[in-house]
Amino acid sequence: MTQLLEKPVESKAPHSPAARTAHRRAFLEWIAIHSLGVAAALFFTLPFLFVLLTSLMSDSQALSRDLIPHTWEWDNYRRVFDTPGFLTWWRNTLFYAVLGTALTVISSIPVAYALAKFRFRGRNLALMLVISMMMLPPQVVIIPMYLFWAKQLDLSGTLWPLIIPMAFGDAFSIFLLRQFLTTIPDEYLDAARVDGCGDLRTLLKVVLPMAKPGIAAVALFQFFYAWNDYFGPQIYASDNPGAWPLSYGLESFKGAHHTDWNLTMAATVLVMAPVILVFFFAQKAFVEGVTLTGVKG
Amino acid sequence: MSTSALRAKHRRSTLRTLAFLSPWLIGFTVFFAYPLISTVYFSFMRYDGFRPPAWTGTKNWTYVFTHYPFFWPALRNTLWLVVIMVTLRVAFGLGVGLLITRIRTATGVFRTLFYLPYLAPPVAATMAFAFLLNPGTGPVNSILEKTGLPAPGWFNDPTWSKPALTLLALWGIGDLMVIFMAALLDVPKEQYEAAELDGTTPWQRFRYVTLPNISPIIMFAVVTGVIQTMQYYTQPLIAGKVASGVIQGAGTQFEPGYPDKSTLTLPQLVYNLGFQRFDYGSACVVALVLFALSMAFTALLMRPRGGLIQAGER
Repeated sequence: MTQLLEKPVESKAPHSPAARTAHRRAFLEWIAIHSLGVAAALFFTLPFLFVLLTSLMSDSQALSRDLIPHTWEWDNYRRVFDTPGFLTWWRNTLFYAVLGTALTVISSIPVAYALAKFRFRGRNLALMLVISMMMLPPQVVIIPMYLFWAKQLDLSGTLWPLIIPMAFGDAFSIFLLRQFLTTIPDEYLDAARVDGCGDLRTLLKVVLPMAKPGIAAVALFQFFYAWNDYFGPQIYASDNPGAWPLSYGLESFKGAHHTDWNLTMAATVLVMAPVILVFFFAQKAFVEGVTLTGVKG
Repeated sequence: MSTSALRAKHRRSTLRTLAFLSPWLIGFTVFFAYPLISTVYFSFMRYDGFRPPAWTGTKNWTYVFTHYPFFWPALRNTLWLVVIMVTLRVAFGLGVGLLITRIRTATGVFRTLFYLPYLAPPVAATMAFAFLLNPGTGPVNSILEKTGLPAPGWFNDPTWSKPALTLLALWGIGDLMVIFMAALLDVPKEQYEAAELDGTTPWQRFRYVTLPNISPIIMFAVVTGVIQTMQYYTQPLIAGKVASGVIQGAGTQFEPGYPDKSTLTLPQLVYNLGFQRFDYGSACVVALVLFALSMAFTALLMRPRGGLIQAGER
């Protein structure tokens, strides 16, 4: 639409009155749109800014209503790292996120490939079940799952009950990858078959290299999922602080530093920062993934 | 080809399919089908995890629906969130999507800034908003008071806690923005040109060109929004915990829904019943209610032309 509005400006002689009105209208619209844009940008960024500013305040100032620190206490971040447990939580989160992501990707690829490219009876049913699993709140099956992991396998107090299931395909990842793989033309697969490739070789040598953006998106989503997961660790690991991930530890940090908003906000920044850094390095894959799980094919 | 050879070929391809699907087949059975059936079973049992489960008939069901004080408030909150939070999120997401498609200068910067809050980990984002909106020292109320506007109690006031959660949800609008942005860019340009030649106003072009073109995406956003609301757990829980000032592990147990049950959601009830009251049977009843509601809305997504399945098959 914006392109449409600019067209008359370019096509008419710059000094005719009609062109001047059109030009002025386009200019006013530019101003209006971009002021809205700046207002929206403030709404989206000011929370980050206030969190950052508060994280740098002195203990006494954090109890006041000041918005800007008088002295910049970078030492707050060192104090957060020195909190007993903080580094352990960090390590647990990394372990959970990295191992969980790797397992999810490896186990979801063949399933997604079969759902996208094999013809078999019950394929649509399987796909519907995948979508149902994807839409199901984790709380629906948590009671039997907890009894299974905690009472039968004695794995409570660890993150294993969350990591092991990831070795058996994750519904959301299967769905996203399947959406991506259907966009690969069948001709490539037929050509590989003519060249004498078996199914596994076709998947590894032909499909995977073409599916890299989809795999990257799945890996990112799963990494963020594990990084953000609060419910799972709360169920399985709440008794054992040694197994807490950051998401769970952050809340207890707040409890222990009841009124120290500066330290709590510094810890909050330290939990947010890695996710945002990862995003900047992989922005394209991520946005692509969001669109792919929407209605785009 | 002889029939036996055909049959052998068919068997091979079935085996191949099973082999590729095997991780998920195991996962589906062990982590979905079995626990789901088990949940139905436990919903008719009295079970506290120590004494062996005992049959109680429909006692758990009547307890949850008639005596459990949290059930109806949680359902009412869910309805509130579906009607107000989901609607506002879709409207705001569409608005931000429209805005970003019309911004011509530094588009990439704007897009990244609009998108970033969506990535903030829920616990961290909720913690940040609990600080920003805290009535004592929070920057938002400081600014509101300086400008003479009323400063509500946000997460500490039962009438303002859900609006505060809505604000947090609107802040993380990035997912919807990207989906709407893609949909808006897909609207055929010729339709706008034709409408403009007909002398339509911008509002008419939005109403009669943009909206019909993106209505499937709006539908998709509404339904997935409702499903996400059924799973809404971390944000209301953390907001309630932080605002109430309960210190974790200090012997006091957090009563969910602070203030005054206003932030209760169904998933929190499963936790409350199962892991705070050790009434696994009743927890399973709530879990099944949650299951029925989620599946009803998921069915909407899987209708023919409903969006999800044929996506990618065109």
